[in-house]
Amino acid sequence: MHAPATAGPLLSHHNKDARPIPSRERESMISRRDFLQAGAAASALLGAGGYGSLGRLAAQQKLSEAELLSFASTGNVTLIHVTDLHSQFMPLYFREPSINLGVGEVKGLVPHVTGNAFLDHYKIAAGSPLAYALTSEDFAALARNYGRMGGFDRIARVIKAIRAERGENRCLLLDGGDTWTNSWTSLQTKAQDVVEAMNLLRPDAMTGHWEFTLGAERVKEITEKLAFPFLAQNMRDTEFEDKVFEPMKMFEKGGVKVAVIGQAYPYTAIANPRWMFPTWAFGLREEEMQKQVNDARAAGAGLVVLLSHNGFDIDRKMASRVSGIDVILTAHTHDALPEVVQVGKTLLVATGSHGKFVSRLDLDVREGAVKGFKYRLIPIFSDAITPDAEMAALVKKHRAPYEAELGKVLAKTDGLLYRRGNFQGSLDDVFTDAMLEVRDAEIALSPGVRWGASLLPGQNITFEDITNASAMTYANCYRTTMKGEQLKAILEDIGDNIFNPDPYYQGGGDMVRVGGMGFTIDPGAASGSRVSSLTHLKTGKPIEAAREYRVAGWASINQNTEGPPIWDVVSQYLTAKKTISPRPLDAVKVVGP
Amino acid sequence: MARKAATTRRETLKATAIGAFALAIAPRLALADAASVDAEIKKLYGDKKPAEGKIKLDVPQIAENGLVVPINVEVESAMSAADHVKTVHVFADGNPLPGIASFTFTPESGKAAASTRMRLAQTQNIICLAEMSDGKLYSAKAQVKVTIGGCGG
Repeated sequence: MHAPATAGPLLSHHNKDARPIPSRERESMISRRDFLQAGAAASALLGAGGYGSLGRLAAQQKLSEAELLSFASTGNVTLIHVTDLHSQFMPLYFREPSINLGVGEVKGLVPHVTGNAFLDHYKIAAGSPLAYALTSEDFAALARNYGRMGGFDRIARVIKAIRAERGENRCLLLDGGDTWTNSWTSLQTKAQDVVEAMNLLRPDAMTGHWEFTLGAERVKEITEKLAFPFLAQNMRDTEFEDKVFEPMKMFEKGGVKVAVIGQAYPYTAIANPRWMFPTWAFGLREEEMQKQVNDARAAGAGLVVLLSHNGFDIDRKMASRVSGIDVILTAHTHDALPEVVQVGKTLLVATGSHGKFVSRLDLDVREGAVKGFKYRLIPIFSDAITPDAEMAALVKKHRAPYEAELGKVLAKTDGLLYRRGNFQGSLDDVFTDAMLEVRDAEIALSPGVRWGASLLPGQNITFEDITNASAMTYANCYRTTMKGEQLKAILEDIGDNIFNPDPYYQGGGDMVRVGGMGFTIDPGAASGSRVSSLTHLKTGKPIEAAREYRVAGWASINQNTEGPPIWDVVSQYLTAKKTISPRPLDAVKVVGP
Repeated sequence: MARKAATTRRETLKATAIGAFALAIAPRLALADAASVDAEIKKLYGDKKPAEGKIKLDVPQIAENGLVVPINVEVESAMSAADHVKTVHVFADGNPLPGIASFTFTPESGKAAASTRMRLAQTQNIICLAEMSDGKLYSAKAQVKVTIGGCGG
């Protein structure tokens, strides 16, 4: 296995003794101190006895709504960021990754720091609410104490509270995308349910990625009716290079002209089925980004915000190469960081996913520059935050026609089921095992998407749980044959999408999940030579390059892929199985320095 | 864009399927390499060594479709009778044949810029070579990744 990532000197205030602290970093330190006090109080309450030993009641006494919303506001502009909600209306468990490797220049830098190294890096007490929210350490036990996170009604409550405190004229609510898809109800309603719920939150702008898998026609139908702009400076019509959406929108907040530039996921046409939006091209378009920033400044912007779906590492690189962006609201890679990351003069915010967090960034903008800021990654502990009645009613209305179906119990799990992480998770094993069995395959492939909630030991597995990890518009489970060399090529190709040392060449997502086959991967090795020792697990024999194997998989980007939807395959398997007992995840071996 | 850049599509490359999960990966073709691009350049210009700079080569980092990868080239030049860009060659070091396109310019072109689309068989470097009216050569290089795709999330 890989060595635990060590915390690098990324956050400059960790070296505060080394050099004078500019004013903006001092601001950041203050917010950090507030934050640590909250963490310390929580750990004191839990006692030295260890992780969550006082149980749920004690934990909840600590988690008051007032504390979660407390914020010593500063400056004249407040950015509220939500992203990668994946249409998860209801509070859920979501285990953050235990393995999230960085390669090249970002090795060992956040967000490529996990578990205890993450807790050390941010000085978060083990067993505290934030340790539960931000890491995988002791997840199942802490989840029982602190409960589910997220939920649109809780998010609505937090956003309303911030707006009430700061005043609408100072606040911008920005949605980073991956909002409309990946729940059963959104799949059934073609995202109408989520669109209506988001409209209730009244965002000021959004950008997108998975949204496009609804198909170009549906996306246009929705966006034409939105009361706020869908922004994407990097999308073009493939015929004449016309822009598909507005690149930028100027707002006036707190007496400041605020330019918000949108950046859709640059590799949507590669990672997702291009046939669903055949005339749309994406790409990074860095040069055009610089031009947009310059245009915004020329038009009098005092604050330039990039509402991005690039993914954290791409954004970090872009911040170092495009000048004049004050804030990048990052998305796509699902990283939750309790502090902003500074790259030159640019502040990067990472709000996590699945509604676990809402980011609040207060900015003091004067004479066209950010003079100070305060930031808080607000954890949405669903037991502590009061549901907003209006949103709760809307969610209830949209779920009502599907409640019976969603609640159907398929099986029970003995252990923790999760997906997120660079390599196979225990929930992925359920998917690949189901395909091997139901589709009578030797090898199964399941996409390394970063969405899909977790289940605790002893929990029933419902149809909703399975669709939360699979609801998409191209979910047919195909069956085909592939030669060993093709399987190797696929693993290498996807490996390079995650571990190419240049973030601009990374396609995003985690490694493809594989059933029936083990392999060794060296993420730091050169492209095309990371993967070795492919083994057919059933026989223990090496995978033969020229032999054909029966392969089942789902989420193919090819049009007209045939086969039953993956949720039917998994449901059939679970119903027959009745109880799932996760086994050790040892089929993938990670090596290298 | 150039007002009139004469485009010579040197070769039409053989079709190469870009496979996804359920599709076959293209059969292995005999592919060019860096040496074959160097050999092409040597055929055209002998041992003359190109300098870096002047060329703005715009290609995607990752191709959305390897069958039609957009390329924009622009060479900095006064485009006067005394000082202009004569020819711009585009090569690929991982296709069955290294030549992609050659563009010829005159001072009347106004601007030494051209756009086209190319077919790329695999991840490879695009090498761009500009010949100036004074005989100087400039080159630029960029990698384009051609990937199976899928699994983004």
